[in-house]
Amino acid sequence: MIRKILYRLFPHPQLTFFLLLIWLLLVNNLTVGNVVLGLILGVLIPGITQPFWPNRPKVARPLKAAQYILLVLWDICVANVAVARIILFKTNANTHSQWIVVPLDLRSPEAITVLAGTITMTPGTVTAMLSADAQHLLVHCLDSEDPDAVRDEIKHRYERRLKEIFE
Amino acid sequence: MEIFAEIVISLMLVIGGLFGLLGSFGLIKLDDTMRRLHAPTKATTLGVGGVLIASMLYFAVFMGDVSYHELLITAFLFITAPITANFVAKAHMHRDVKERDLPRTGGRYGWAGYDEIGDEEQPIDTK
Amino acid sequence: MIHYALLFASGCFSIGMLLNLWRIRFAPGVVDRILALDTLVVNAIALLNVYGIMQGTAVYFEVSLLIAMFGFVSTVAYCRFILRGNIIE
Repeated sequence: MIRKILYRLFPHPQLTFFLLLIWLLLVNNLTVGNVVLGLILGVLIPGITQPFWPNRPKVARPLKAAQYILLVLWDICVANVAVARIILFKTNANTHSQWIVVPLDLRSPEAITVLAGTITMTPGTVTAMLSADAQHLLVHCLDSEDPDAVRDEIKHRYERRLKEIFE
Repeated sequence: MEIFAEIVISLMLVIGGLFGLLGSFGLIKLDDTMRRLHAPTKATTLGVGGVLIASMLYFAVFMGDVSYHELLITAFLFITAPITANFVAKAHMHRDVKERDLPRTGGRYGWAGYDEIGDEEQPIDTK
Repeated sequence: MIHYALLFASGCFSIGMLLNLWRIRFAPGVVDRILALDTLVVNAIALLNVYGIMQGTAVYFEVSLLIAMFGFVSTVAYCRFILRGNIIE
């Protein structure tokens, strides 16, 4: 009974939490009134938009997710330096750009979305397309001698961790 | 303390400016649209990120009011940059790349962007 | 010292915006124009924030947040228009 009421009240608990957080960041003023107003928004908006998202996406291990975000932030800094060096010190004829196909082990749409975003933000790779059955990812690599190594790094460094977080 | 903060803020601003310039320079220098896509998505996020962190530190140390809504802009840019890049890549492939130039998927189905399109939503010619 | 760093950063972003304008004018295709416009918006946000630090006011953050949202939505809408021929199906 209580579970049912809680489910009706908070159809998406993560969304409620993030709406509260975004409201506090937006008003830039941490007072009790603003927390209450943020909570009201966090209850009203998921309640109204509930028909648009019937399923509840689940995050199995939130702590690992935080760890993953830190890892990606560090990789973004490394990626910037790597791309900067390619732009500044390599001639166009000397950079070997190519397409890479990454086979996916992930199945949940949220995990695939996060993986695609991560690939775009990290060293020299951009996600271009997903195959029609969502089992392969087409990645464009700015400069690589060995495409297999890049594919293995994506699978080992990011996909393995996302599998732990989401499944 | 003040001089230390000053050095950090100046460093952040210089790094941010250099990366912002580099992203725009890469847009000019690289010679293929897929390659050009790499420059702004990467370099500009760190450019804006550096400036926003500098401004957060500046307002906290010198103006005395702790402000954290810069984090919101940074988070927004970091979340939207991959989406924009993906959309631009798809638009480019839709216009200029044939499916036979791409590697095979290895599965039974092809790449999603080259699926059959229904009669009611034919792509238009935007040349 | 911060003053010189601010001048340097605003110079960098201004030159970056000029380069983007050059790319918009002499682009090989419509996709490159979208990409250059998107970069222009991001550089404008950075320049606005640098100006905010120079003036010592926090007013410009709301402005840059709005510009960021409009830039994102317009880029997506333009790409979608090229991909599908209409924006809202």
